Amino acid sequence: MSAELEKNESAQEMTETLRVEHLGKSFGSHEVLKDIDFRVNKGEVISIIGASGSGKSTLLRCINMLEEPSAGKIYYRGEPLQNTPKKVSSYRAKVGMVFQSFNLFANMTALKNCMIGVEKVKKQSAQEAEELALKYLKKVGMGAYVKARPHQLSGGQRQRVAIARALAMKPDILLFDEPTSALDPEMVGEVLEVIKQLAREGLTMVIVTHEMAFAKEVTSRVVFMDKGVIEEEGTPDVIFEHPKSERTKEFLGRFMNR
Amino acid sequence: MNLPTSFLGWVSLIWENYSGMFLYGTQITLVIAITGTILGSLIGFVVGIVQGIPVESGSSMLRKVVVKLLNIIVNIYVEIFRGTPMMVQAVVVFYGSMQVFDLDMPPLAAGILVLSLNTGAYFAESVRGAITGIDPGQTEGAKAIGMTHFQTMLYVIIPQAFRTLIPQIGNAFVSAIKDTSVLNVITVSELYFAGRTACGVYFRYFETYFIIALIYLILTFVMSRLLKFLERKMDGSRNYELLEEGEV
Repeated sequence: MSAELEKNESAQEMTETLRVEHLGKSFGSHEVLKDIDFRVNKGEVISIIGASGSGKSTLLRCINMLEEPSAGKIYYRGEPLQNTPKKVSSYRAKVGMVFQSFNLFANMTALKNCMIGVEKVKKQSAQEAEELALKYLKKVGMGAYVKARPHQLSGGQRQRVAIARALAMKPDILLFDEPTSALDPEMVGEVLEVIKQLAREGLTMVIVTHEMAFAKEVTSRVVFMDKGVIEEEGTPDVIFEHPKSERTKEFLGRFMNR
Repeated sequence: MNLPTSFLGWVSLIWENYSGMFLYGTQITLVIAITGTILGSLIGFVVGIVQGIPVESGSSMLRKVVVKLLNIIVNIYVEIFRGTPMMVQAVVVFYGSMQVFDLDMPPLAAGILVLSLNTGAYFAESVRGAITGIDPGQTEGAKAIGMTHFQTMLYVIIPQAFRTLIPQIGNAFVSAIKDTSVLNVITVSELYFAGRTACGVYFRYFETYFIIALIYLILTFVMSRLLKFLERKMDGSRNYELLEEGEV
């Protein structure tokens, strides 16, 4: 038993949380993703960068099955994901997602937004759900706003509640789809700060972002996507300082010279 | 006996003699309209929800077949009840149930059934519209925390759709009050029927139906105001309290 535990611990560095193989996605005749292989290990913080229309968001949405992949397989903890509504729902309960447009439930308070999944999906008691919801709302600095409804909050506040809602589910991995792109510039910082904190705590995350400085500072691996394929990936140092691909250089050049 | 010569004289005479019958008719009208609207809205929600059940490629064969079958049934229902006059539906249901199923339905029950089915058929469209009108992000947010389609509907979509549907439930109710009048064809003793009976003695159609019209108007007016009030209530407070950090 203890030997096994030790073995697990030493293997932790490379424990695979999620993997996609030969993933493809077409909308009609338009091929958005082509033969993507992508792997996320436990504890990794990965950022996906690339121009608009390069397929970053679609990749993330396919990983969470919000878009059904046209080809390829998704493996969660080594097991292939079966495409039945039930299996997909319970998979999503463990793979959190934070959206560009927050998608908080308009008919619920901030607290209820964070409770509902714990209560109805994970079937925990209302009391446990409330404790978890409060814990994570406080963590993202929204403890004072438990009674507010989404439309009464600013964009940055909404996004922090959305992060708390995802965290309350205690996900194994959290996906962020351009979490700051819909925010006014002065609110970007507060949201990135929360994500940085989560990164320090070792939460596994995949973040689609346009915030290059953030990607450089926080993430352990950067994936550059271009025209539906992963053009290049590596540590921030490799991608930002010594990119090999011409396309990566070109993309970064446009960004850095702004 | 001196009969009145003026319009108002007739109105007051008819009211004196028949007010009891009119008020009873009003009661029946309200009972039918209220139960009919409630049941009709429920039917509308069920139909609207059935029409919105997604069939994903990963769904089982059984689910696909059941969903398809349910959809065919509700579509036939909606077509029939939107495509025929309610007066005709009333006669067909009332006499048909007697003849075909040997079912001696009381006129009131038949009336409520017909109005419910009729309201439901129309309301289903509104429900579908309200559901599709809700930001798809709400559904995605719910899916992303692992909610099933059913849970998403129950906790997220329907409550929001319901809010936008309140004015339409109000409209359905106001229509229902008026529509009950056609149920006189199956001898439901509602308000219009009361008027017909009252005309039997003096043949003063104008004065009698003037009173009847006033009662309908009062009913619909009061109801539409009440619904406005309810709508404002549902929106809740525009303010929220901030809790002190220490409190939570």
